Amino acid sequence: MSADTAEGVPTAAPPPASRLPGTFDQVLILARWQWRDYLRSRRFLILFAIITIVGVILTGVTAYFRPAFINSPAALYATLWGGAVTIPIVFAGIFFGSDAIAGEFQNKTGYFLMGLPIRRVTVYAAKYLAALFASFVVLVYFAAIVLANGAFYLGADAFPWQFGASFLLATVYLLALLGFTFLFSSLFKTSSYATLLTAVLFLFGFNILAAVISGLARSEPWMIISYSSGIIGNVFLDPYPPHVVPASPGGPPFATYNPTIETGVAIMLAYLVLSAVAGLWFFERKEFS
Amino acid sequence: MGGPSIETVSLTKKYGDFTALSDLNLRLEGSKCVGFLGPNGAGKTTTLKMLADLIFPTSGEAFLNGVSVREDRKRALENCGALIETPEVYPSLTPREALRLVADIRGVPPAEQPARIDEVLAEVKMSEWADKKVGKFSKGMKQRVNVAATLVSDPPIVMLDEPSTGLDPRGMAEVREIIRGLKRHNRLVFFSSHILSEVTEVCDEVALINRGKLLFYDTIEGVMSKYADGTPTIEVTFSAPVPYEAAARVAALEHVEACKWLDPARLHMAVGGGRAGQASVFEAIAGMRLGAIGFREAGSTLEQIYMQQIERGDQT
Repeated sequence: MSADTAEGVPTAAPPPASRLPGTFDQVLILARWQWRDYLRSRRFLILFAIITIVGVILTGVTAYFRPAFINSPAALYATLWGGAVTIPIVFAGIFFGSDAIAGEFQNKTGYFLMGLPIRRVTVYAAKYLAALFASFVVLVYFAAIVLANGAFYLGADAFPWQFGASFLLATVYLLALLGFTFLFSSLFKTSSYATLLTAVLFLFGFNILAAVISGLARSEPWMIISYSSGIIGNVFLDPYPPHVVPASPGGPPFATYNPTIETGVAIMLAYLVLSAVAGLWFFERKEFS
Repeated sequence: MGGPSIETVSLTKKYGDFTALSDLNLRLEGSKCVGFLGPNGAGKTTTLKMLADLIFPTSGEAFLNGVSVREDRKRALENCGALIETPEVYPSLTPREALRLVADIRGVPPAEQPARIDEVLAEVKMSEWADKKVGKFSKGMKQRVNVAATLVSDPPIVMLDEPSTGLDPRGMAEVREIIRGLKRHNRLVFFSSHILSEVTEVCDEVALINRGKLLFYDTIEGVMSKYADGTPTIEVTFSAPVPYEAAARVAALEHVEACKWLDPARLHMAVGGGRAGQASVFEAIAGMRLGAIGFREAGSTLEQIYMQQIERGDQT
């Protein structure tokens, strides 16, 4: 087909206008479908069951022993929320993040998705967004359990401002942890490897590493993501714990470290950005062979 | 530019020392159906995967409608429906939802989606299962959904990698019918297969590949006239083993140019003299009363060319 110009010289007809959605729209479209997939998956129910069990244990133990902290809003939230919130976050990372990319290769769903006119960065971002939203729902569910406990012991209006700050910091930690699990997921084509690595590192590996660095190497383990999560609980403490607690008689035989809020947030954001860049770099180069 | 096009320029794929595809130069253009033939491991899927940007070339480039797949996969695949290997649809989705996902990503206007989805589901005979979860489907049913997914946005280029994989004979016939239908809709269809009858039945042109190298690309007629040696192979089947002396008499018949016993009761022979020669040989064998129960061409001419070319390629 051709069209004539004013001078009568035939030129090629312009290609039909693209009706493909823009990259951002495709991210939202795919994230919506991924979210729907999560919502119907067994893993979502299992994770809710795990969080329910954690909530029941916290509630039961608190109700049974009636510890002193139930009389102080900050202490109660520091214990129930600050001390336990990393559990749902880590489990959300394991359940939603670790196989997000690897699963596309292992289950061959990637052949369905990547045959479409969509950039890999779009797929990566959409899956991250869906996993983040699903994990956030879980985080809100856990927050509801803690808030219900708080309301029971202290009344419905006794929420300390630190809870809001801690929730925000927990959300940043979730962003970083998911970013890191997506990096693992991009490294492997088998979901179980990515899941195992995530579970081992976040459930105890990083904590052991942080203890070794501060105890044996006698330096601040600022490079460990789980070290940064300390700020989620510390924010309830008044005064905020000192950055370095020196070794003392009767205490640990080495100095212990507490990240400042700024340091903690910086570590989390650094993990998020570096993981996203590295994860995408690997995913862009990974072949469906 | 004259319609939809697929082009590979010196496309090469190596895995370490192994060359899966070597310097493939192929240009397909216009509305037609091109069969991509070759034995297992020849490089068919490798080529299609590079065209769909699922794997990346070691060197060379692949273009869809003139757009480099590596440089801009989104724009290159915009007008191309690709079914590579046997993809898995997200098991929690129904076929209707899976097709909506594809339609959404491809930008099919929401108002057009229900009718279009119903149409392609009917085309692949999956209407009855449209709202059941894909996770419970057989491999063949999933492949039908995959075929529907490649067609839902009505793309001008369709690439299919052994689309009848996993389908029963009826399903295979239906896929052939779908491909024939695609040709009628002004499309460029490029599909790989090692089922020669399938290719002969639906394709206008054929490209043969072996050990990562293109052996030929031509119209079916062009291939026949260039490569067929004119002497068809006839298979004769007997009800019982043929004695040695009788076998020698069969081999000596007029028009029989070569004989190869596959087993004592089954014979392949090259028969010259055209139809008259075949009739003469058939009558002579019947007259010998050796218990002949079958007399037919052993495979299509394309199959014979395929075998010759593959064997030649293997020897070089």
